[in-house]
Amino acid sequence: MALMNYSQAAAAALSEAMEADPNVVALGEDLGRGGIFAQYRGLQQKFGADRVIDTPISEATIMGAAVGMALAGLRPVVEMRVVDFALCAMDELVNQAAKNRFMFGGQGRVPLVVRMPIGLWTASAAQHSQSLEAWFAHIPGLVVVAPAAADDNYGLLASALASGDPVVYMEHKELWAVEGDVVAGTKVPLGIARRLRDGGDVTIVSWSKAVPTCVAAATELAAAGIQADVIDLRTLWPWDREMVLGSTARTGHLLVVHEAVQVGGFGAEIAAAAAEATGCRIRRLGAPRIPSGYSKPLEDESRVTVAGVVAAATTLMRPPS
Amino acid sequence: MPDAASRLLALYRTMARIRAFENAAEIASQGGVQAWGVATSAKPALVRGPLHLSTGQEAVATGVCANLKREDLLTSTHRGHGHTLAKGADVRRMMGELFGRATGTNKGKGGSMHIADFSVGMLGANGVVAAGMPIAVGAAHALKIRGRKEIVACFFGDGAVNRGPFLEALNWAVVYHLPVLFVCEDNRISATTPTGPMTGGAGASVRAESIGVPGLKVDGNDVEAVDAAAARLVAEVRGGSGPRFLHAVTYRFKGHVSVDPGAYRDKAEVAAALAFDPLLIARVALVGRDVVSSAIDAIDAAAKAEIDAAMVEAEAAPWPESAAAYTDIQNTGAGQWR
Repeated sequence: MALMNYSQAAAAALSEAMEADPNVVALGEDLGRGGIFAQYRGLQQKFGADRVIDTPISEATIMGAAVGMALAGLRPVVEMRVVDFALCAMDELVNQAAKNRFMFGGQGRVPLVVRMPIGLWTASAAQHSQSLEAWFAHIPGLVVVAPAAADDNYGLLASALASGDPVVYMEHKELWAVEGDVVAGTKVPLGIARRLRDGGDVTIVSWSKAVPTCVAAATELAAAGIQADVIDLRTLWPWDREMVLGSTARTGHLLVVHEAVQVGGFGAEIAAAAAEATGCRIRRLGAPRIPSGYSKPLEDESRVTVAGVVAAATTLMRPPS
Repeated sequence: MPDAASRLLALYRTMARIRAFENAAEIASQGGVQAWGVATSAKPALVRGPLHLSTGQEAVATGVCANLKREDLLTSTHRGHGHTLAKGADVRRMMGELFGRATGTNKGKGGSMHIADFSVGMLGANGVVAAGMPIAVGAAHALKIRGRKEIVACFFGDGAVNRGPFLEALNWAVVYHLPVLFVCEDNRISATTPTGPMTGGAGASVRAESIGVPGLKVDGNDVEAVDAAAARLVAEVRGGSGPRFLHAVTYRFKGHVSVDPGAYRDKAEVAAALAFDPLLIARVALVGRDVVSSAIDAIDAAAKAEIDAAMVEAEAAPWPESAAAYTDIQNTGAGQWR
């Protein structure tokens, strides 16, 4: 067991996968210098520039080339820097990577992991702050992962690399420094959520950076007499229906919290599924439908806060009038 | 028979098989559609959906693929039947795919626009213009990293040179010194709009040269010219030259899709182009080398018979089970819930 931060944990998982399988390669901009968040630090020195590949600023071809690499026997890890830049590679991800296996009748496989960091990142404004996980959960053929903790960033990345599928892997830009104990060799299975607090009154489901916010809110709620069952979804597709629906069947109340814009967010899918299955009462909490502003008072309007989660849960628990 | 005549006969045979395939597919696609000003027919089409025919462009696929090995890789376009056939795919399974049958190359999941046969290195036709280019350079990159000797042929049309992936993929191939032959199959039209007025500068090969990919420009309707140019460029790529570029100028005899009569084109232009039918050019050359017409006719007849048999087999082949809609998607989280 070793104490690592979220960035180091991912680097460790990738390094171990590259040691175990010579077909694992990484490609993207500035990887030789460790990536812009140090999540590739030391890897080019260790594995060489042929396997940790510095690329031109050509997002479409970084992604498209990874598809070709995968078809020709490699297991590429694609770095997009931030999800906002991945938008330059949508044909390559959505029409090519996600569709290849099906539309060619299962002749090929596209085992690749595309890392596209999400989320607000102090004063990064409208084009470096988005959380677009719902876009990718909507696409058949893709797996979508959004780790919230250092140990999960190790264990989920290891599972993503082993999955054989195209995996959209969304780290949060304000979690890189978060530390946790990482146990070498521990894979976290895709599609299994993590219960962070047991409670019988309200189910709170979140992922990525909204998770620590919800955990803190649950402590405040407990002080006010509301016991929250806090679930970190970890994987958005496939998502852990069993844990979420089991919890909502017990509590009768579901609050879904995410940093992404609430309108059309993946929280709506979870809320609808829970309502269909258990008839529970529901609230959602996400960002308002506004671009992220640069100035702090503007940016703060997009943030999910502990106070906001507490208020939403308290409102949800109030008996219907 | 002299070698030059026997090689040309082999090239002619491939072109004749492509022509027979396209003609049969075109007929099978008629009926049951309403598009491009063509009224709906009561009779349902045997080949449904968009069918992009390469009729008239056979010499490009044939001349390039004659210089590839089975293990070499190839990416194609939405107009990909010729590339697939010339790379060595089984025409019965190809026709099965067009008919949407379980016996098709893609088990009926892709159709004409996504026809592929990975067993002969054909990594797929593609519904998006220029989309095969990044995939081709990635495949070549993998071959290089893995120390393999195969090369990649990347087919695309003249319309693709106006998309970003053209620039990115050519640059990528130069930066990493990859074994790719780029083949611009220039039929001079982008869907229904002439490419020339839509393109700045002096065209595909000049753009390639400016990025550092040298190459050759040939008459894409002269299969021997394509063959000779491809032979030279493929030899260079195999020898470690890095990427090369073949600009083959040809003409699309049919509309954008099979139900498009192409009425927007100048009749005189079409008539002039038809006179440069690649099969006719090859036939004249064969006769000039003392190959008797009856021998060439026999090749045409054999090609038609082969494709006719493939049509009969395809029509009798089973449809995919509806359960197949839920397979071949992903290992984790496939076909689970609505």
